[in-house]
Amino acid sequence: MSAGHKTQFWTIARRDSAAGYLFIAPQLAGIVTFVLLPLCLVFWYSLHEWNVLANTFNYTGAQNYRMLLEDPSLPAVLGSTALFSLGLVVLNMSLALLLAVLLNQKLRGIAVFRTLFFSPVVVSLVAWTIVWGFLLQKNGGINGMLLFLGIEGPNWLREPVTAMISVIVVQVFKNVGLNMILFLAALQSVPNELYEAARIDGAPPFKQFRRITLPMISPTILLTSIITIVGSLQVFAQIAVLTQGGPGVSTTVLVYYLYQQAFQFHFFGYGSTLSILLFVIVACLTFAQWQLRKRIVFYEN
Amino acid sequence: MKTELSPRAKVLVYGTMCVLLIPFVFPTWWMVTSSFKPVSDIFAFPPQLIPRSFDFTTYGQVFTLQPFAKQYWNSAYIAAVVTAGTMGISSMAGYAFARIRFPFANAIFMVVLLGLLIPSEVTIVPLFQLFLKLGMVNTHWPLILVPIFGAPSVFATFVMRQFFISLPVELEEAARVDGLSRFKIFTRIALPLARPALASVAIFTFLHSWNLYLEPIVFLSSADKFTLPQALTQFTDAYGGPMWNIQLAAATLTALPVLIVFIIAQKHFVEGLAHTGLKG
Repeated sequence: MSAGHKTQFWTIARRDSAAGYLFIAPQLAGIVTFVLLPLCLVFWYSLHEWNVLANTFNYTGAQNYRMLLEDPSLPAVLGSTALFSLGLVVLNMSLALLLAVLLNQKLRGIAVFRTLFFSPVVVSLVAWTIVWGFLLQKNGGINGMLLFLGIEGPNWLREPVTAMISVIVVQVFKNVGLNMILFLAALQSVPNELYEAARIDGAPPFKQFRRITLPMISPTILLTSIITIVGSLQVFAQIAVLTQGGPGVSTTVLVYYLYQQAFQFHFFGYGSTLSILLFVIVACLTFAQWQLRKRIVFYEN
Repeated sequence: MKTELSPRAKVLVYGTMCVLLIPFVFPTWWMVTSSFKPVSDIFAFPPQLIPRSFDFTTYGQVFTLQPFAKQYWNSAYIAAVVTAGTMGISSMAGYAFARIRFPFANAIFMVVLLGLLIPSEVTIVPLFQLFLKLGMVNTHWPLILVPIFGAPSVFATFVMRQFFISLPVELEEAARVDGLSRFKIFTRIALPLARPALASVAIFTFLHSWNLYLEPIVFLSSADKFTLPQALTQFTDAYGGPMWNIQLAAATLTALPVLIVFIIAQKHFVEGLAHTGLKG
């Protein structure tokens, strides 16, 4: 290839295009290999009866999906999943908002409080879960404290209702710091003039909060709620370490059930069908979030 | 809202915050202190907020019951490789999507964004089959390759793209007139300016890898390959019951270094994670 030919062919635009493709090539190849191909495979597997131990792999069409509808455990699992996600998002949002309002005060040493409230975010997830598991034992630290107050605490992780409360609370304290910071930023972006005007009108602080603060930060609250719900659908380690889905299926959320079916009972076909279910739920929520974000950004502009 | 609070209100705010702090700070304190307690004191009543004596033998047992030093190294090197790899791959892809015009750029970007719609839990079954076929089960490859190239890095790419879009293009135009190649513009001009975004990406990628749990227990089966989160749950007695003080000692060793780095560089962590790490 002669030099003259080269300069003609490699125009700036062409060189740029080539550079662009080279820059994105590793990422694109990765997405195709580790995301898109597996997603197609998971759908393909879901159409098969596949037991690794028995070494069977038979095309059964929609049978796994019929099984999904008839699975006696699934309603309970979806119920636990919904309860976990809802409990988590409500508690997480309220606590994050409360903390953000407190941290938004002009006070000495407030940065130290912020650091401490945020600190569980960086504590290793399983370490955090193990300590809470230790605290929540029948004779553990929490019941020890309660005994001081003359209350005999329950065996937290061994009873359906308290087990669910426990896994929610452990997860909330772990990650509420992230939402707290997002809310704090939202609070600080509310124009001060609005409060000044309200004060001149003599509106009490609570009314200011309800009429000014909440409406102004509601887009942030809505978006963070969806992100938090999507995150809650992926919670696995906490359940695996604290309750193993028990007692019964009371804390068996969808991801944990999927793991059990595929990797403990070796039903890869049915496990794949559950993956598709999880994918549909997460995709719908994420899509809703994108639509919402578009509308809000538009609204803010 | 931004007025000086009355002294009574101040006491109220401080008081509320101190009470609320308990569930955030106490577990970490309890983890560290209980790890020094002998077994007989671990469930003692009344609970000992400060241990009666400091017993370091639990820390010795952590390293003899499991190849804990090896497991520590596994977690550390995997997290380091994943962090470096993700920074490289996603800053390049993020830069291209933000700056370079090439055919189908938007369509390809949409395809890449699909990674955000598909959590790794959804694809764990086929990924297991894939790595089984490649002979990479019970190796660290799945824990390295999937985060760097797969779904977890998409978020990093998105963050980098947003950052490069906000960067004034004039900075690069002068260099283009001088005839610098794209790659040189990227490495010499754009990348050094992207330090804050890279720091955020580094922090959340590291934490993500350090906390990975489902993938290790699916892919790894021998103790000397385990990563820390998986190893922590393995300190059990003959009946499968947890050996609490040893688990807590191992948990302390896992959590404390990151916590210390956080306290030193807390501003970067808080801002970096809050601006980018929008994860549940």
